[in-house]
Amino acid sequence: MPQNDQCIRMEKVGYQVGGRTILTDFDLLLERGVNRTILGVSGSGKTTILKLILGLIHPQSGRIFINGLEITDQPEAVYREQRKRIAVVFQGGALFDSMTVGENVGYRLFEEGRLPEAEIEAIVREKLRFVGVEASLDLYPAELSGGMKKRVAIARALAADPDYIFFDEPTTGLDPIGVYNIVSLMRRLQDAGKTTLMVTHDLATAFATSQRFSLLHESRLAFEGSEADLKACDLANVREFLQPTDASLFV
Amino acid sequence: MRLSRIDQSALQFFADLQGFFAVSWKAVVQIFRRPWYYRDFAIQFDKLGFGSIVICFLTGLFTGMVMALQFLIQLKPFAATSYIGGMVAVTMIKELGPVLSSLMVAGRVGSAITAELGTMIVTEQVDAMRVEGTDIIQRLVTPRLKAMLLAMPLLAIMTDAVSLLGGYIIAAGYGISPTMYLSSFTQFLFPIDYFEGLIKPFVFGGLITMIACHTGLNTGGGAEGVGAAAKRAVVLSSVTVLMVDFFLAKLIVVFR
Repeated sequence: MPQNDQCIRMEKVGYQVGGRTILTDFDLLLERGVNRTILGVSGSGKTTILKLILGLIHPQSGRIFINGLEITDQPEAVYREQRKRIAVVFQGGALFDSMTVGENVGYRLFEEGRLPEAEIEAIVREKLRFVGVEASLDLYPAELSGGMKKRVAIARALAADPDYIFFDEPTTGLDPIGVYNIVSLMRRLQDAGKTTLMVTHDLATAFATSQRFSLLHESRLAFEGSEADLKACDLANVREFLQPTDASLFV
Repeated sequence: MRLSRIDQSALQFFADLQGFFAVSWKAVVQIFRRPWYYRDFAIQFDKLGFGSIVICFLTGLFTGMVMALQFLIQLKPFAATSYIGGMVAVTMIKELGPVLSSLMVAGRVGSAITAELGTMIVTEQVDAMRVEGTDIIQRLVTPRLKAMLLAMPLLAIMTDAVSLLGGYIIAAGYGISPTMYLSSFTQFLFPIDYFEGLIKPFVFGGLITMIACHTGLNTGGGAEGVGAAAKRAVVLSSVTVLMVDFFLAKLIVVFR
């Protein structure tokens, strides 16, 4: 059992799909207040880790805990309860096409049905103001730019006041100003007491927003530690990821 | 090598079948559970039901007309053209009305449902909904199922009515009066035939929706995968409608 209950923990998790091994004996600890980034090349299985924690897919081996409760292979109802503590900013935003920005942001609150509509609308406006897209309240996702979609996705993640926020490649495909906006938002979230888990291959964003790092290489955890440890690490796989050379070409 | 491939295909088929029945059962049970998602139901009823009126109208009209034309050619040598109304009615109400309207709806609605849900899968919207605490079956499948279970019998009734009108337009050209056309209905149609004409589209509507939803929710492989899933849903639901039609007809014959 985890010693600290306020954390998300993966122990020796293994996951295969279609005869292909995605994760082997993977360990992860996400403690409250300690922001972490999972690094790895594209297709290395980083997003799979988020989906495993969320129970969207299930591991073939190993155990997963959320705040001390083992959720591995639990019924969907248990996952649904645990997911209330977590929000996700998906890679493409994953905003619901058929709903306006306001309906997207207030989605979870409308679903829960605990708050009156006026109160939900006030929360939605507050979150949209926080990410700087309040004017887009009545627009549909198709009318937004890529950067705006990600900011709306962050507002949606914030609306339910989760403990943990997962970011899946939050800066991919954004211009430098868009990246700066997202990094600033992540820092403001962390200042507001949210714990973030990000998967990315963007080192600058990772170093700007996280204290702990995990590096995934060929389905295994190749490194775990702080920024200083990562930069000082002399493992060949880690060096290759941080400073690719001609030897990495077409690998 | 070949045997193991057959094994895998068979396992995949039975896994798909099991998944289909599991999703269908859950969707049916959720019809009677909160939340009801009235707005989603209304949107789906409009899209799936009202949106199919024109194709069902045209299908009924021209099928009724061609049926009457062909029957009249056959009946004329026997001086039995007065039976034309009943023959068109029994053919359309029991069989062609429900089957043809369902096939049209399978093509139009089945592909649309699969493409919509498939796109939601590949753009991670379904994952986002699950993370937000939504029961996917209750939110995405059940409103569509409810809409189709209500809309499909209504569409079949409209198709039947329009086809009888189309039949009369042709029969009138052969000197059949409206009274003669209508009075022959009672000679051919019995209460169980009306029941057959209503239960079939109800069942077909459910099957079309569930096949489309199940196929859509199991889409993979990006835009190409969505296209392939939509095609698979239309083919599968059309063939299923024809197969189930036979078995339903056989079953109803037992109770005649």
